[in-house]
Amino acid sequence: MTLPYVLRLADDAIIIGHRLSEWCGHGPILEQDIALSNAALDHLGRARSLYQYAAELFNNMPEAEKKEVFTSVSLQNLVNAGSSLDEDNLAYLRDGWDFKNVLLVEQPNIDWAYTVARGLFFDAFNYFYFSALTKSTDTTLAAIAEKSLKEVTYHLRWSSEWVIRLGDGTDESHAKMQKAIDEMWMYTGELFTPVAYETAMQQQGQAPDLKLIQQQWMERITTVCNEATITLPAGTWMQQGGKEGRHSEHLGYILTELQFMQRVYPGMAW
Amino acid sequence: MSTLTTEQVYNWLADVKDPEVPVLSILDLGIVRDVAVSETDGQTSVTIKITPTYSGCPAMDVIAIGIRMAMAGHGIQHLTIAPQLSPAWTTDWMTEDGKRKLKEYGIAPPNRKAFAALGLFESDDVECPRCNSHNTALVSQYGPTSCKALYKCEDCKEPFEHFKCH
Repeated sequence: MTLPYVLRLADDAIIIGHRLSEWCGHGPILEQDIALSNAALDHLGRARSLYQYAAELFNNMPEAEKKEVFTSVSLQNLVNAGSSLDEDNLAYLRDGWDFKNVLLVEQPNIDWAYTVARGLFFDAFNYFYFSALTKSTDTTLAAIAEKSLKEVTYHLRWSSEWVIRLGDGTDESHAKMQKAIDEMWMYTGELFTPVAYETAMQQQGQAPDLKLIQQQWMERITTVCNEATITLPAGTWMQQGGKEGRHSEHLGYILTELQFMQRVYPGMAW
Repeated sequence: MSTLTTEQVYNWLADVKDPEVPVLSILDLGIVRDVAVSETDGQTSVTIKITPTYSGCPAMDVIAIGIRMAMAGHGIQHLTIAPQLSPAWTTDWMTEDGKRKLKEYGIAPPNRKAFAALGLFESDDVECPRCNSHNTALVSQYGPTSCKALYKCEDCKEPFEHFKCH
């Protein structure tokens, strides 16, 4: 159960990193453009550590089981040829249905308000989740969490400040911020709904209890939104599926760009 | 080669610079976590553990190449560079000498103990590396590299970078 779990965390990281990198060269002012590129790099760094760990777990599996793990043809070809996998294979050769990131991180940037709303929801989740994951009985995961927590602390501060600045700003910025929070809301429930591999990991003390994370998250989101004069959405219906490979159409477009070079020029290197 | 000591290896590592802040050696930066020297059948092997400052720090690959070049230059043929994530790097590991060199280079060094949490919209009291004024303002908590924030001095009017406390 460790492999799908690690891939899920890695996929969250690479997809949000890719989304934030789309702002590079398009930010409203240079400093904020740089801020998002910095955050994107933090996420990409975490993705690399996690993909390296996932590749190690995969390569240590019994040969017979390896063929059952991925359904993406490009990866299957490698596995059937007896190759071991590395971080790049996992990032660039899996198809959408093998990706396990939450739907929240693949949502498009749209505008600054949507970007910071998605940021607040995800950064607050990461902050409490990685705090708890530092106590994982899996020492590799605990070490990656410990490293990431410092970076995520900066991300959360950044997105909280922006939600407050816009929410408690002008009438127009308030309206845009409220709309973004409302529309991103239905993608937050999935963060706290465990799938089978998460439950298994939690029972072994390797993953945090999502119920506890949800309480901490809700408290923080409420505090920030209150200060931002934003009304928390009342909606309780939540979109699900990303963690099990059922994605919104946005993921396909992301992967088309993200994986282009390795798909068109297999095995190319800098 | 049979008399190689870890101290000697540390002396060599003092010549390996951080590619993004070239006045600092990787020892000043505090990212070398362990050095081990071993002898097997007359072969000298060196293992060096390094830790990244930030997860996505692109300098890490360049630093690893720098270490390889330095060790090869001293005739070390068997070298292992192992990454170590835990305990996570903090600016507390930067040497006092390193902080002095940073300031002379024009970058405000980390000035408080790591992780004394700041509230929202609060910023650090950072001294301008040029005129030593404390009348400075945060421009952005993210700078040209992951480890730095952008500040400006309200007295001498110069913009400057601050090596973030971490």
